[in-house]
Amino acid sequence: MTIKKLSPEELLGLNKFAVDEEEPHIVLDKTICAQCKEKPCLVVCPAVLYTLKDGEMNFDYAGCLECGACRVVCKNKGIVKWTYPRGTFGVAFRCG
Amino acid sequence: MSAEEKFDAIIIGAGPAGAACAYVLAKAGKSVVLVERGASAGNKNVTGGRLYTYALELVEPGLYQEAPLERKVVREQIMMLGQNGAVTVDYADYGFGEEIPQSYSVLRAPFDEWFAARAEAQGAMMVPGILVEELIEADGKIVGIKAGDDEIYATVVIAADGVNSFIAQKAGLRGDITAHTVGVGAKEVIELPEQVIEDRFNLQGGEGAARVLIGCSDGVLGGGFLYTNKKSISLGVVLNPEDLAGQGKKIHDILQNLKMHPAVYPLIKDGMTIEYGAHLVPEVGYQAMPKKLYRDGLVLVGDAAGMVVNSGTILRGIDLAIVSGVAAARAVLKNDGESNIGPAYVAELENLALIPTMKLYANFHELLSNRRMMSVYPNMANDMMKTLFTVDGKLPERMDKAMLKVLKKHVTFGQLIADGWRGVKAI
Repeated sequence: MTIKKLSPEELLGLNKFAVDEEEPHIVLDKTICAQCKEKPCLVVCPAVLYTLKDGEMNFDYAGCLECGACRVVCKNKGIVKWTYPRGTFGVAFRCG
Repeated sequence: MSAEEKFDAIIIGAGPAGAACAYVLAKAGKSVVLVERGASAGNKNVTGGRLYTYALELVEPGLYQEAPLERKVVREQIMMLGQNGAVTVDYADYGFGEEIPQSYSVLRAPFDEWFAARAEAQGAMMVPGILVEELIEADGKIVGIKAGDDEIYATVVIAADGVNSFIAQKAGLRGDITAHTVGVGAKEVIELPEQVIEDRFNLQGGEGAARVLIGCSDGVLGGGFLYTNKKSISLGVVLNPEDLAGQGKKIHDILQNLKMHPAVYPLIKDGMTIEYGAHLVPEVGYQAMPKKLYRDGLVLVGDAAGMVVNSGTILRGIDLAIVSGVAAARAVLKNDGESNIGPAYVAELENLALIPTMKLYANFHELLSNRRMMSVYPNMANDMMKTLFTVDGKLPERMDKAMLKVLKKHVTFGQLIADGWRGVKAI
């Protein structure tokens, strides 16, 4: 119980999520991402859900905080779908 | 449901704008549906943040006394962070807590849930767990909403669906939001005992402090905030996403580094993070608001209409959301015809001083986009203080020369004059 730097995984572990296993609310076209030089999603996503794995874009919508930051910076439209999760799914803030 | 069985109003989003609107309409006897995508109201919402109490008074005098608010803010603080320290301006005004307190710190999950329930108690029909997918249009007017297989019809649809407002886009009132018009916010809620918070921030029972942090963003455009809640502290940053991307700096890292800053750490030490939230904030203010806030059968309120004011020291959003919700409700109550609601809404926004306030601060965004505000001036302020307070036994420099030297180290006279001029012009 003290203050230290927390990893994205540790931070997301504190939140409550109801992951919609059937329907991802964010979908990428990774071939577009592969051609994107800037890859701003790597730094703006507060949950750090966009990472590079062996040079390829790696993304998991499960820990999404639904802020929309990735959507507004995605220049080459590698994000081909960005909606809110279906009703009741996704993050549920208890403090907010 | 057929078009004949229509409601007076459908409100999309049970945040403060939606709940305020639903409350006023339902209290006046209108049939209102309040649709919310979260399992309960407040589930999807994040704030810095604080609520200026006057706005709740517009909904119902005295309502704030029942609200699950955190601490009434009596200390306003501005903290300019340097490398190893900080210059903090601390203004205490205990009058801020008297009669109707000026503002409270607030956590949105409990607050929004309470507010929506109060609207429900007035007679609004609360429908949580439903994501509105489409608007229903007939003869160029918005007449209802579609969610899954359900269709609901109403005289007016009120879009209170927040900063990403897909509803406003679908209605053609705004384009896709762009990166330079928003800030991305990330926040930790850090639990600490009440007494510890009061001791660290010089507060007495129930009193709170609100702090703006400057110079905490590793040179990225933006800033930070700290609010004392009853048993927790909200600590976060709001940063320009384009600038983050341009500089290749992670918002996650910037917040984690801020926690460990030697002037911040003692305020939160021994605390425990209990939640991590993120949200976009409409950052530009008046100039980025949609040109038109309505069309036949639809009005935009709150964040969906870009209603946020950031003067650098004062940040307002929740109060403006509530005011716009009240304005929309009053417009609906005044007018029978769908076509009259929009213009009446704008007139109410003028009456309630919301649009004039947004206009007053219209140029502040440019001022706050000055990169030197983020790092140069906070560092300069710290250096000046260091010069004032350092004693090492050597002969001190003459104060005027020493200060001039500090100034020159950080800015040129040209920059100083330009920034000063911009500041004066913006005000």
